Amino acid sequence: MALLEIEDLKVTFKTADGDVNAVNGVSFGVDAGETLAIVGESGSGKSQTAFATMGILAQNGRATGRAMFDGRDLLTMKQGDLNKIRSRDIAMIFQDPMTSLNPYLRISDQMAEVLQVHKGMSKRNAVREAAIMLDAVKIPDAKNRITMYPHEFSGGMRQRIMIAMSLLCQPKLLIADEPTTALDVTVQAQIMDVLSDLRRDLGTAVILITHDLGVVAGFCDRTLVMYGGQVMEEAETGALFKTPTHPYTKGLLRAVPRLDRDDAALQTIAGEPPDMSRLPVGCPFSPRCDVVMDHCPTVRPPLETEGNRRRACHLSADEVTS
Amino acid sequence: MSSPILSVKDLSVTFDVRRQGAWPWTPPRKLHAVSEMSFDLMPGQCLGVVGESGSGKSTLARAIVGTVPSSGGQINFEGADLASMDTRQRRVHRRDVQMIFQDPLAALNPRMTVGEIIAEPLITHEPATPRAEVKARVRELMERVGLLPNLINRYPHEFSGGQCQRIGIARALILKPKLVICDEPVSALDVSVQAQVVNLLMELQKDFNLSMIFIAHDLSVVKHISDEIIVMYLGRQMEKADAKTLTTAPEHPYSQALISSVPIPDPVLEKARVRPILDGELPSPLAPPSGCVFRTRCPKAQASCAGDRPVMQNLGNNHEVACPFHEPLQVLSIA
Amino acid sequence: MLPHAKDVESVGEAVQLAEVQGRSLWADARTRFFRNKAAVFGLILLVCVAIFAIFGGFFTQYERDVVDFSLMGANAYKGVPSFETGHYFGTDASGRDLYARIVQGTAISIMVGVVGATVAVIVGTLYGATAGYFGGRVDGIMMRTVDVLMSIPFMFVLILMLVIFGRSMFMLFLGIGLISWLDMARIARGQTLTIKNKEFVEVAHAIGVHPLKIILRHIVPNLLGIVAVYATLLVPQLIIFESFISFLGLGVQEPNTSLGALLSEGASNMFNGTIWQLQFPLIAFVFTIFAFFFVGDGLRDALDPKDR
Repeated sequence: MALLEIEDLKVTFKTADGDVNAVNGVSFGVDAGETLAIVGESGSGKSQTAFATMGILAQNGRATGRAMFDGRDLLTMKQGDLNKIRSRDIAMIFQDPMTSLNPYLRISDQMAEVLQVHKGMSKRNAVREAAIMLDAVKIPDAKNRITMYPHEFSGGMRQRIMIAMSLLCQPKLLIADEPTTALDVTVQAQIMDVLSDLRRDLGTAVILITHDLGVVAGFCDRTLVMYGGQVMEEAETGALFKTPTHPYTKGLLRAVPRLDRDDAALQTIAGEPPDMSRLPVGCPFSPRCDVVMDHCPTVRPPLETEGNRRRACHLSADEVTS
Repeated sequence: MSSPILSVKDLSVTFDVRRQGAWPWTPPRKLHAVSEMSFDLMPGQCLGVVGESGSGKSTLARAIVGTVPSSGGQINFEGADLASMDTRQRRVHRRDVQMIFQDPLAALNPRMTVGEIIAEPLITHEPATPRAEVKARVRELMERVGLLPNLINRYPHEFSGGQCQRIGIARALILKPKLVICDEPVSALDVSVQAQVVNLLMELQKDFNLSMIFIAHDLSVVKHISDEIIVMYLGRQMEKADAKTLTTAPEHPYSQALISSVPIPDPVLEKARVRPILDGELPSPLAPPSGCVFRTRCPKAQASCAGDRPVMQNLGNNHEVACPFHEPLQVLSIA
Repeated sequence: MLPHAKDVESVGEAVQLAEVQGRSLWADARTRFFRNKAAVFGLILLVCVAIFAIFGGFFTQYERDVVDFSLMGANAYKGVPSFETGHYFGTDASGRDLYARIVQGTAISIMVGVVGATVAVIVGTLYGATAGYFGGRVDGIMMRTVDVLMSIPFMFVLILMLVIFGRSMFMLFLGIGLISWLDMARIARGQTLTIKNKEFVEVAHAIGVHPLKIILRHIVPNLLGIVAVYATLLVPQLIIFESFISFLGLGVQEPNTSLGALLSEGASNMFNGTIWQLQFPLIAFVFTIFAFFFVGDGLRDALDPKDR
């Protein structure tokens, strides 16, 4: 059984200009210990999917559908129970670590609090445990630096602290929302390295939300591609990158400039990212698709399972790859 | 061989940083944002500048455009030294050097229409141009960068990021400049839109015969668009080579670490790669390390690195490197 | 080849190729403002008060400064508000028509507020924007000047001025004009500092636009939102300020009047059985102040950048 099973998740935001559907019927599952990448551009609904799962949507947002975690639905759960699960079994890290670190508290206090509350540890033991965790994310001189304040660390170090903090209770699932987007490549490599080691050691399942296909390639078992609030394609990472069977995945992979190749001109996807308040009824990608057919904008292609793959396109896999 | 359109010699930029709560008369500390940069740019060529945040690459761009004052060295543009000019003389030269910025929306005044924004350089430098002609040129250029000319009266917030960047490009090109400096022009854009803008820039460079300086932290993009690439670290030049050599056979340990950190969207390749992961973080530019600025993180650092600052050595074929212990390293296998 | 020629074509077919008029931020703000019921109510009230102040004089046969000697000493029962006598709001202690006086009082009060706010907008915005844009020593000197001026107890200085140079309308306007722009200059400077760091200002600099043009074209229009809000909230403050001065008997002089002067008079006759002399000026005063505050709050919500 899957650790987390999302079924037909929909997220709607009420705005002054009417309702906006940020996520439109998304389903997927994550097994224990697995790494899943959710890839998409701005407006794809990838972050809102995670926020809805964690119950941290903005005030004007509403989520429907089901998000089963260990057999319990996160969306209908009482706030108190959700809080308990949220800090113990599911952890989340964000693009900007400062959103989850309190600037007025020492790192030691913030980290120890987690252990004190959830594991009933004494403050002294909790701080010791926290320092061990900081060591594990390779913060040099962790024992002494743990008493520092968040602003005394660089961006990369803060993200390490966030990772250490989120893994303190050994959660079963870690949701990482663009954890390295704000960082430099060399620091990104360090962070992904740490994350990868810890994940292996602790057996935590990870959902990595990102727009960077390169990061996905090195880190994730399975990849889910989203566009306009819907799932376009999902497959084992190797297979997806080798033979993308959805026009969007195909276009996306071609549009990325690669360091290891010499291309004269980049292949592009025409048009602009989707306007979420004005999506077509059918396939959200149809306005930009280069193999669009007459019925694409009006009939929504179902998400069908084909072997190890799921895809939502009116064309068959062979027709797209050829 | 023709002479370079832009020749930068020993360019340095320092900022004064005042200590918090210090007396007004205590001398401020100096932040060395750019130190002793030298390079030439040939007409019609594109020079890429890469480096991480804090490497001084944006300051370099601003010093050439003239929005931050340089504190030493020369910026020779078509034979005239921009760095030694006063504000008035310099204003005349601004028409030939234009800049494209990182944040497409923030670079556009939200209270002005697209037409007014694109026309601003034109009415600033050629105030006598009749309004009808201004409008015609704006419309022509909008079409050229892939915007519908009938959107001329719209406001920036009504456009997407990619379209805003096209507006910025149109504004930079309306005076037909000779040199365009792009500061992270695509890093704020989505992958699919990024490719559109990169292609557009490459086309325009060819059509307008532009010389270009392309600054970005994303090495894959820089390599794609540039003829030559400079790698910067803590305000200094580490290595310079043509794009292909630099990305396939870098000699400087920092370039090697940088390139091997760039993830490649290919699971087979990516999982097979061994990368020398760089330890630590960028030192403070207020107190840069003595000698080689990279030595605190360098895997090859030796005692002698703390002594003299390494000079740029020419390895031939325009490949220059600022490291005495340089050696080629295959960091990528080329498909 | 255009990178997305296909897209241009398809959009081009859908949209007719006439020039599309854009929706400016001002238009956006207008829509938001008119969606706000309290603000619209305030605006309607404000328009009514303005109409009253401008055209109210046509609806009465009495002049504001004509004393009806027959009412002297008999005000409490002969000067009662009544439609029969034509004294809609009754008469004041000197037997003058209160309606006509309130019309004039409202007009003068609003004028004091609006003139003060206008001075504040023009002087304060330009002063603050200049200080903020140039920064450094210029900023230091300009803003320290403002600090010095602010530290002077202005009520005291104004009273001194009115006593020494004589009590005239001109002196009152001058005094109010002198203080009203100080706060505005500070607000404008603070905003300029944030706008100055936006990339579009740097772009203008890089293009070679003259600094004065940068201030006028790029900085001031982006300041106007917050300036408009502050100005509408400043008007009622100035009205209250003027009323206080007039209440002390130092403001507008007889036979002219303002709401503050009328209130002062009404209050002093409160126990003579002529409560309408306080009641009607007070109603006019409260309506005017409330209208401005509602509109100001509505503007703030409409122009608040956080909303975007």
